[in-house]
Amino acid sequence: MSGHPSQAAVALPVPGCTEPRVTQERGQRAVFCGLTSIIWLHRKIQDAFFLVVGSRTCAHLIQSAAGVMIFAEPRFATAVLQDRDLAGIADCNDELDRVVAQVIERRPEIKTIFLVSSCPSEVIKLDLANAAQRLGGHYAGRVRFAEYSGSGIETTFTQGEDSCLKGLVADLPKAPADRRSLLIVGTLPDIVEDQFSRLFGELGVGPVHFLPARSSTDLVAVGPDTSFLLAQPYLGETARALLKRGARAISAPFPLGAEGTREWLRAAANAWDVAPERFEQVIAAPLARAERAVARQREALRGKRISFLPDSQLEIPLARFLQRECGMQLLEVGTPYLDQQMSAAELPLLPGGVRITEGQDLDRQLDRVRADRPDLTVCGLGIANPLEAEGLRTKWSIELMFTPIQGFDQAGDLAELFTRPLNRQNRLGF
Amino acid sequence: MELTFWTYEGPPHVGAIRVVTSMEGVHMVLHSPQGDTYADLLFTMIERQGKRPPVTYTTFQARDLGGDTAGLVIRTLREACDRFKPRVMVVGDSCTAELLQDQPGSLASGAELSVPIVPLELSAYSRKENWGASETFYHLVRGLLAARAPAPGWERPARGDERRPRVNLLGPSALGFRCRDDVVEITRLLASVGVDVHVTAPAGATPEDLLRIPEADANVCLYPEIARTACSWLQRTFKQPTIETVPIGVGATCDFLREIGEVTGVDVSAAVVEAQSRLPWYSRSVDSTYLTGKRVFVFGDASHAVAAARIARDELGFDVVGLGTYARESAREVRAAAKVYGVDPLITDNYLEVEARISELQPELVLGTQMERHIAKRLGIGCAVISTPAHVQDYPARYSPQMGFEGANVIFDSWVHPLMMGLEEHLLTMFREDFEFNDVATPSHLASLGGHSQRPAEGELAVAAPEDGVAWESDAEHELKKIPFFVRGKARRNTEKFALERGMQNISVETLYEAKAHYGR
Ligand code: SF4
Repeated sequence: MSGHPSQAAVALPVPGCTEPRVTQERGQRAVFCGLTSIIWLHRKIQDAFFLVVGSRTCAHLIQSAAGVMIFAEPRFATAVLQDRDLAGIADCNDELDRVVAQVIERRPEIKTIFLVSSCPSEVIKLDLANAAQRLGGHYAGRVRFAEYSGSGIETTFTQGEDSCLKGLVADLPKAPADRRSLLIVGTLPDIVEDQFSRLFGELGVGPVHFLPARSSTDLVAVGPDTSFLLAQPYLGETARALLKRGARAISAPFPLGAEGTREWLRAAANAWDVAPERFEQVIAAPLARAERAVARQREALRGKRISFLPDSQLEIPLARFLQRECGMQLLEVGTPYLDQQMSAAELPLLPGGVRITEGQDLDRQLDRVRADRPDLTVCGLGIANPLEAEGLRTKWSIELMFTPIQGFDQAGDLAELFTRPLNRQNRLGF
Repeated sequence: MELTFWTYEGPPHVGAIRVVTSMEGVHMVLHSPQGDTYADLLFTMIERQGKRPPVTYTTFQARDLGGDTAGLVIRTLREACDRFKPRVMVVGDSCTAELLQDQPGSLASGAELSVPIVPLELSAYSRKENWGASETFYHLVRGLLAARAPAPGWERPARGDERRPRVNLLGPSALGFRCRDDVVEITRLLASVGVDVHVTAPAGATPEDLLRIPEADANVCLYPEIARTACSWLQRTFKQPTIETVPIGVGATCDFLREIGEVTGVDVSAAVVEAQSRLPWYSRSVDSTYLTGKRVFVFGDASHAVAAARIARDELGFDVVGLGTYARESAREVRAAAKVYGVDPLITDNYLEVEARISELQPELVLGTQMERHIAKRLGIGCAVISTPAHVQDYPARYSPQMGFEGANVIFDSWVHPLMMGLEEHLLTMFREDFEFNDVATPSHLASLGGHSQRPAEGELAVAAPEDGVAWESDAEHELKKIPFFVRGKARRNTEKFALERGMQNISVETLYEAKAHYGR
């Protein structure tokens, strides 16, 4: 991201001198599609409904990935395409209108409906942008309509959120000039959001807005005086959309771990010209808490070897945290995509020569895991038990998406997610 | 388009994966985008399988679409053959690939692989998981055995005395309901009457095992949802009779033994007389008196639902107040059964309709799938899971079959547990005026299900509250509160119905007791 090089990243010690080795792989992938992000997005944006236009597979994916966590009638559903829709017996747009009417009848309190396209709807070239416009006109004043792709042919897992937020950016009103504000981009659990709001308040950085907002009708204005800071690493498209709207990017490591959070906050503080003494003073107590909490877990993690299979795109900042703050040894860091721009402040923090793999060829990657025999492998749900059955300890990556892990007061919890499987291994008598 | 919140069944290719995952020596190439790999977790997380399913996904992306997705299929097939060295390769496509019309089956046949190919057409936009499993099993059986089909007019020779009768157990599969233990139980049961199990498939079977299927005297269609199509083909082609009774419950297990006796000629009378299950005695014992007339709602796949209804009425003395299935393919059987129990059959795969029916009927026990477990939990009703779709807790570590005599024991325990323990119910009734035992006193076993904290307010339960408003006088309302909460909803509903039918405006204490006498059971 141009314009605002982060002071923070440059000031940090850079261990080693070699660039990370990035290898591209193509082959079988074992990552969810972008539809999965509906699981956390619908919990964040509580007055929105996510309507996937897809197949039974799409419906089954979301419910399987969500597991049994959701008992209530969910604020997401799938309009399942049938033979008659494909054969042209039924007009897909009429059908969609009918289904949308059903949704609105059941959930009259819903303020926004996201029409989410899937592989099947994209392959048959069903134009949901058009549909969103038509329906938006029809329900004007009652329900807003937005549209984005969550398909597996276009998006991988967390990219679903990128695709959703990118669409939202286009709808944000234009901010009047001379109204400086900070926009934090990426879904964060409410509790984390509140902690950050308090810290920014104490630092005198603000006004601060969050994207996505908790309410879908809360449309924050953006313009040249908006500075934005990514809270999640997988939001490259959203960031580029914001740049196009004239907003300015603040580059920083991501707020994972004590150090990551400190540097993330520092980048914002610097952009607001907060005096260094004030910055240190404001973060002193929570930083010390975070360091103490991480230190308690470090004993169990130090020297342990870890591999990441590509999954959430959180792999790079997680690897940085686990290596620098917890003393783990990185074997392979797989990530579905490596957005060099978005990771610009992270990559220099990784040890030189670390093996980064972008993309996936599942069976070859598993061969490498079997050869490396890491103490811990971070992987998707489908692969965890098979690796455990081979005597390897694993951490399922999807838990990282459902657990508050960002910020000072979650740094210890984040480390603990990785010590738990090792701790368990020590306790069990077999 | 069909608005779907939750789905009972996955898409047909998930059924196909269930069958190949059940077997040894079979691999599948599924032409599909990356997200479809979620199917792995169904097996590795829900059923805790220690191996990934034997499936390679082509995981094509948008950038492949303009190019050569057919080439991708062939590359994937070659690599999968080299790496996994299967003895049979199954090839199919998921919903998205079906639209691309790459025809992976014909591509595979043309790719000169050194392995037999079984191509599948999975009709993702009209069919579902169980159908997909059934088709896959049928095509595997047929694909391997068609070349060995005897000439038309061939008759199966009678079994000589040199060996014991033997049957195949067809249908048990990965992610099926308690299949692992049912197979053990039925194998034991058959051994006890001198019948051997020849091949069990697809669970645990190799392609070579499938080739041995025709050597048995009959096929037990243990899970009709998966095996019926294959069984009827085998019956037509190899003249192997099909044993149709699904042995769930004491009565059905005895019927199953009789059918085995008729088909194989063994004497099963002793086994039927002994009926080695504790269920009949437990059910007759005095503590079970409180089970009498419990109102149960039954929903699941057709064979489990129909079997459960029979046990509920004839072996536990419950009242079946509702019966249904999500499997439209088997609607006929369920309709026929519903007629026997005098209830309206509910044939739907829309879980909202099921929920509406359950809250309308207010049963005391729900026998269903994991979907009904969620519904029942929300309504504060006890529930036992009897059918797929099931969740991780329905794949227990202990031996817990549903079939055969031991299965009946398991069923007795697991259905009775969610109901109020007899003594506990009596105590609650006896002490209902005692402040310690008032409405918030939740039976201990329900507390584990969420107890009263999850129970909706009574107003929500009383879905039948008439709109034109029969008013409750405050005395009557007060009296109603003295009725134990687990029957209060029903009492309220009946009283209102009673009052409405008689054109009453108000409900007094008198009306309440008149209604009670009217409906008294
Ligand atoms: S990969 Fe495509 S078809 Fe599969 S679940 Fe995701 S959006 Fe649906």
